[in-house]
Amino acid sequence: MDDTAAATQKYPPGKHPSLPPPGLSTGPLLWIKENLFGSVTNAVLTVLAAWLLWVTIPPLLQWAFLDAAFTGESRKDCQAQSPGACWAFIQNRFELFVYGFYPVTERWRPNLAAVLLVVALLPVLWDNVPQRAKLLIFTCAYPFVAGWLLIGGLGLKPVTTDQFGGFLLTLVIGVTGISFSLPLGVLLALGRQSKMPVLRTLSIAFIEFIRGVPLITLLFVASAMLSYFLPPGTDFNLLVRVLIMVTLFASGYMAEVVRGGLQAIPKGQYEAAQSMGIGYWKMMRLVVLPQALKISIPGIVNTFISLYKDTTLVIIIGLLDPLGIGKASLADAKWQGLSTEVYIFVAVFFFISCFGMSRYALYLERKLDTGYRR
Amino acid sequence: MRKTAITFVAAIAAASAVAPMAAEAGTLDDVKARKELNCITNTGLAGFSYTDKAGKWQGFDADHCRALAAAVVGDGNKVKFIPATGKTRFTLLNSKEGDVLFRNTTWTYVRDVDVKLSFVGVNYYDGQGFIIRKSAGIKSAKQLNGATVCIQTGTTTELNLADFFRANKIKYEPVPIETNDEARTAYLAQRCDTYTTDASGLAATRATFDKPADHVILPEIISKEPLGPAVRHGDDQWADVVRWVTYALVAAEEYGVTKGNADEMAKKSANPEVKRLLGTEGNLGGMLGLDKDWALKAIKAAGNYGEIFERNIGPKTNIGLERGLNAQWFNGGLQYAPPFR
Repeated sequence: MDDTAAATQKYPPGKHPSLPPPGLSTGPLLWIKENLFGSVTNAVLTVLAAWLLWVTIPPLLQWAFLDAAFTGESRKDCQAQSPGACWAFIQNRFELFVYGFYPVTERWRPNLAAVLLVVALLPVLWDNVPQRAKLLIFTCAYPFVAGWLLIGGLGLKPVTTDQFGGFLLTLVIGVTGISFSLPLGVLLALGRQSKMPVLRTLSIAFIEFIRGVPLITLLFVASAMLSYFLPPGTDFNLLVRVLIMVTLFASGYMAEVVRGGLQAIPKGQYEAAQSMGIGYWKMMRLVVLPQALKISIPGIVNTFISLYKDTTLVIIIGLLDPLGIGKASLADAKWQGLSTEVYIFVAVFFFISCFGMSRYALYLERKLDTGYRR
Repeated sequence: MRKTAITFVAAIAAASAVAPMAAEAGTLDDVKARKELNCITNTGLAGFSYTDKAGKWQGFDADHCRALAAAVVGDGNKVKFIPATGKTRFTLLNSKEGDVLFRNTTWTYVRDVDVKLSFVGVNYYDGQGFIIRKSAGIKSAKQLNGATVCIQTGTTTELNLADFFRANKIKYEPVPIETNDEARTAYLAQRCDTYTTDASGLAATRATFDKPADHVILPEIISKEPLGPAVRHGDDQWADVVRWVTYALVAAEEYGVTKGNADEMAKKSANPEVKRLLGTEGNLGGMLGLDKDWALKAIKAAGNYGEIFERNIGPKTNIGLERGLNAQWFNGGLQYAPPFR
């Protein structure tokens, strides 16, 4: 009413006050109209999606939270309390899920290793960390420090690797694989593009072999077959074998991702660097690789994430990752039949880690996005 | 210079000649030297092998490992459990990662002869059965024509199932599933009409249902599943050790030797067989290459066969299995230890 009144009122030229836009042309309503009900297909899909969410989400929340039991010493306790999820199991076995069979008195060591991992990662992930140069030295030393902390020796009580399990095992395999597969992958990619025939052939053979064989096969070889090949009596740690296999596997894929990046760099860049009289390694380090790696970030992170998730395959060779711990614990007659809870719990952990990696990659892409902004 | 080189080469040759011999020494010596038994067990099977809250392996098979470790190394806790899936268990044994396989493994002709294992006894007589919803109104497995059947892959149960249906000329549709837990979920979600696995497993699984009474285990047992420990082919001494430790537990039950009274029985029993078993008389252990009181240690570590059964899978546990075929021979079962003399 006021609008029409304002419209009919006379104003001197140029003094007319701005009118509010008509109802559906701005704000959330416009967004809804354009994005959710823009066309008939869109409207149908929106209604369907809303219905699907309505049907699934409330029962899920009901099951997972409202009807859930959080305390108890057996599944019967849970069932006595409520009909929903039995998170008491997760709580009961939480330490087993986190540390596996790591001795209780020594668990400060993986804890410390985890804290130090954060410290070691800081300078790698962000370049405006104070004291970055000193921290980077620590980062290089970190694998050895962590190895010493976890395995022991030199004053610490030795812990055999068959006692590793749960998320500790996932992190050990994941972090080792991720941190060693990138440099190895870069070297392989350079090797594949090298002009030296032997190096090139070896790199190609290795990469194609790795890409032609499923990870499970390699893990089987690591767990069972190697003992046939190695001289009898050799005690070659199973976890180390798995770490090597996972790293090699990921580096084969990494090499191809990086090669994609290398091939996207115009030949002029190489020639420009060469014309300045820079040698091969310097050219790669200062000119080619920074650009190639930047382009490859999505692919690299893709490989990281898939490697991280592939760590759950180790259950097949009897290493107890979180899913393995879940299986072994669920065989306890007191808790049988709670596999849904285990899967959800493990899925949440993996989602947090993988989502974190993927968001960081996006941040990195934006930060380095100089010159190609579209 | 040349002489040193020759000596060096000779030394290496000698060393490499000795090395395989040392490595081929019996498993018994390896275990004693390592002071630890590497026991291959299931990655998780209710009642047989599972982890408790403290992360310790428990169960029927785990206890057998402990008894064996106690007999050989003297301490029931000196066991390294190697969890193995159905696919890796034989390779782990044959590649010497493990010393013995206590993993509810069915003793079959092919495994004994062709996979080159030596089965040294049967610690649990099982058989494959079917579980089905009561509402289906089926009373016999022979009425299962056209049924969808949930089945674990990579096990003998798959072949048994095919054999049974072929022999009875009825049709079925298999729903292959990896683990018992998934099969349980699938069965409860009605993805299959019936679930088949070892009857012990069915009973254990049914005990976890919300309404166990709504499900019946059909009377037909369609296969023989003698589950027992296995060792590598060709190491008779070690096979003897595992065989007789297993029998010692069975014999202990027969003669009333328990975890609690073993020490006392060793001192006071008048029965010469008990005396020989527990090492008070004669030196049976020495013949095996073990201590005199090997069986005593084994029984003190895990209890006799009956105690292990009752504690892990017996009627008082959630698993609730009856002794059935696994009762002592004088009670109508098949557990029969040869004489200790």
